[in-house]
Amino acid sequence: MTGFLSIRNLSVVLAGTPHRLLRSVSLDLPAGEVHGLVGESGAGKSMIGKAILGILPRAIEIAEGEILLDGQDLLQLPPAERRRLVGKTAALIPQDPLTALNPSRRIGPQITDRLVDILGWKRAQAEARAVELLAEVHIPDAPRVMRSYPHELSGGMRQRILIASAFAAEPKLIVADEPTTALDVTVQKQILRLIAEMQSRHGTAILFVTHDLGVVSKVCRSLSVLYGGKVVEETEVRAFFRGPKHAYSAALLAATPKYTDPDTSLTPVPAEVIAAVQAEVEAADGEWRHVR
Amino acid sequence: MSADAPLYQVRDLRLSLPDMTSKPLFGPRPRIEILKGLSFDIPKGEVVGIVGGSGSGKSTLGRTLIRLLDPSGGQVIFDGTDISHLHEDALRPMRRRFQMIFQDPMSSLNPRRTVSAIIAAPLKLQGFDRVRERAAEALDHVGLSRSFATRYPHELSGGQRQRVGIARAIATRPDFILADEIVSGLDVSSQAQVLNLLEQLVADLNLTLAFISHDLSVIRRLCTRIIVLRHGEIVENALTPELFGAPQADYTRELLDAIPLPDPDQVWI
Amino acid sequence: MLDGRSAIKRRAGLRLWLSGGWLLLIVLAAILAPWISPQDPLAQDLFAARTPPFWEAGSEPGFWLGADSLGRDVLTRILYGARIALIVAFVAGTLTCAVGAALGLIAGYFRGWADRIVSRLVDIWMAFPPVLFAILLIAVLGTGLTSIIIAIVVIDWTRFCRVVRAEAMNQGQMDYVASAQVAGMSRLRTMWAEILPNVLPTIVALLSLEMGIAVIVEAILSFVNLSISTDSPTWGGMIAEGRTSIHQAWWVLVFPLLTLFLTVLSFSQFGEGLKDRFDPVLR
Repeated sequence: MTGFLSIRNLSVVLAGTPHRLLRSVSLDLPAGEVHGLVGESGAGKSMIGKAILGILPRAIEIAEGEILLDGQDLLQLPPAERRRLVGKTAALIPQDPLTALNPSRRIGPQITDRLVDILGWKRAQAEARAVELLAEVHIPDAPRVMRSYPHELSGGMRQRILIASAFAAEPKLIVADEPTTALDVTVQKQILRLIAEMQSRHGTAILFVTHDLGVVSKVCRSLSVLYGGKVVEETEVRAFFRGPKHAYSAALLAATPKYTDPDTSLTPVPAEVIAAVQAEVEAADGEWRHVR
Repeated sequence: MSADAPLYQVRDLRLSLPDMTSKPLFGPRPRIEILKGLSFDIPKGEVVGIVGGSGSGKSTLGRTLIRLLDPSGGQVIFDGTDISHLHEDALRPMRRRFQMIFQDPMSSLNPRRTVSAIIAAPLKLQGFDRVRERAAEALDHVGLSRSFATRYPHELSGGQRQRVGIARAIATRPDFILADEIVSGLDVSSQAQVLNLLEQLVADLNLTLAFISHDLSVIRRLCTRIIVLRHGEIVENALTPELFGAPQADYTRELLDAIPLPDPDQVWI
Repeated sequence: MLDGRSAIKRRAGLRLWLSGGWLLLIVLAAILAPWISPQDPLAQDLFAARTPPFWEAGSEPGFWLGADSLGRDVLTRILYGARIALIVAFVAGTLTCAVGAALGLIAGYFRGWADRIVSRLVDIWMAFPPVLFAILLIAVLGTGLTSIIIAIVVIDWTRFCRVVRAEAMNQGQMDYVASAQVAGMSRLRTMWAEILPNVLPTIVALLSLEMGIAVIVEAILSFVNLSISTDSPTWGGMIAEGRTSIHQAWWVLVFPLLTLFLTVLSFSQFGEGLKDRFDPVLR
């Protein structure tokens, strides 16, 4: 089955080097599915979302692969057309609600700009939609919030606004890049609940980047575990938590704390498991260099 | 001091800071109360978890315990001595006995010093003999090979940096260590390693530890007692099994319920 | 990350070499001026007045970059001018740095009343237009090398003070400063041993920049004839003279101007290059 987002053999490298940060990643995302991308820092999980949205840092470039969005290969499109397509069909919920909003502009225009610029809506129409969206994400007194500046709002409130803004143009795909990492647990719960609610209402597919397997078990239906830029396991969430197939993902799950269990000592990922998965990743690299 | 007297006795501890967001034309800034009269004991050998959300005052409380911040009222009695208003000169010789491990090892390790210089600094300042030997022993204790001594912080991984921070804290063989969110920036695997290491050190070196965290799930195994803070007040102070078994305060229950367990069958959302 | 780092390093290297090379040249010129100059800097030769540089028609041997309206050799005067420019750069730059950085460090790290006093002082200082301030000072102190140096220090210490204060404040909030306090380090020692080394790259960059600025200020004061006695050749004085005869003898203006420009540019680039080189994270 090919989803409406289909990534084929995507490799990204540090510009001008053969050092791969993503190693032949393939991924299919059916419309409306929430898929978790998990791994430790440096595993490349947020790189995938950035590659799709075309916001990779300058020093990183795509070496090969295809990113098919709605049947079109993004990497074959000229940059302007690519931006237009991505702007219409995809959106981002960023990690840090403190820096993702422009501190010197009011909230309202920051939501409506997208609608006016990309979808060509009338300003008034966009504003009406923004008020509606803010109500949808349970922000009371939307007109007042639209006139506020970001610093006047709490972190949780700002994250709600970013969620509203992500759903504003009715995208088919949202990349959520660690959207709750910067929040308190109690706020995290509300925000995850909100994302789930908005997702089922709008039927949007979400790529959910997180390091927290607990979060994955709550919001995702399927997941990919990454190590060193390679997908080591891709599976359904229920199957994964019943028993991961790959030794590395099993070790990662074992290292995740579970407060309900008083006696579990936390087990770090054993060195031999790391050595094995490292070898696996490097073997794939050897093949890759050989083919090129 | 008798052997079973608590190491710390905190009585009606208050702290307020000037409100930086308001800048009146005349007169001083209004003050915000961060800690609103906290009282509790830390018995010798206990590992106390201090838990709360952002803005609960947990880090402020921790830093007041080791007098990185000066309280505006109340007492902090460390092993029989009220240190809450002790002059820095009188405090300095006592600093050997309470040390701290910081949240962000990158910013707490001076980027221009080698690992050995970082660990040796408190030893030298406190007038220890055999500084090199003690620093090397501290590296052994945290499971880093002695070859790390000549490296710089930016050459280390996050987990290794945090170990250096721990080595520095234990080098003077303190009675008390404050650990402020020391695993929140780490991956689960390094997190598990650091927590296991800390558990080991508490037992080996006979430490009393205060472990500040926003995450209840990481501290169940490590802590013997947990203090839950909210808006600068203690909402619950209980032994760990009691707190997890039958949380008394609504806020504690709320915190526990909010933790997503790695288990799709948990009814959560 | 890795790639960005090496790119910065490469650029820093080239920048350092080019600017350092030019500065070395100027330093050598200043030291060796009496031996390498083709002429006497003060010798007037009215027969050689407005001799063009060597590649133009009518040039004369010994006047490589031409001669001014009094027949003095331009190259020789540039070489001698480097002496005064560099003395001012090094002495004024270092003194300005010492005063400004010390006050900035104290204000930024100790905060409190020390900061309030220094900051108010800086605020008041910044309200004076610098060039007018300098002219005023020279009027009070009288002309001469010492007066110029004093004027530069008095006017420009705020530049160091502001930047170093902000940087020290920044560093003061880092946890390694707290950890020094936990270790039992005294406040003064913390400032010296923990803060200063981390502010040093900024200070070095600023110092180099300040040397360039000192060269400019000296040139401006010479230009308005408030520097040293008109006999000693200075770049600013040459530019002022060259301006009057720009249509008849462009070289009298252009060569000292070019030298001044390259020297000031090199000072600022050299400082930036050093800063990158000293950064342990980039190193």
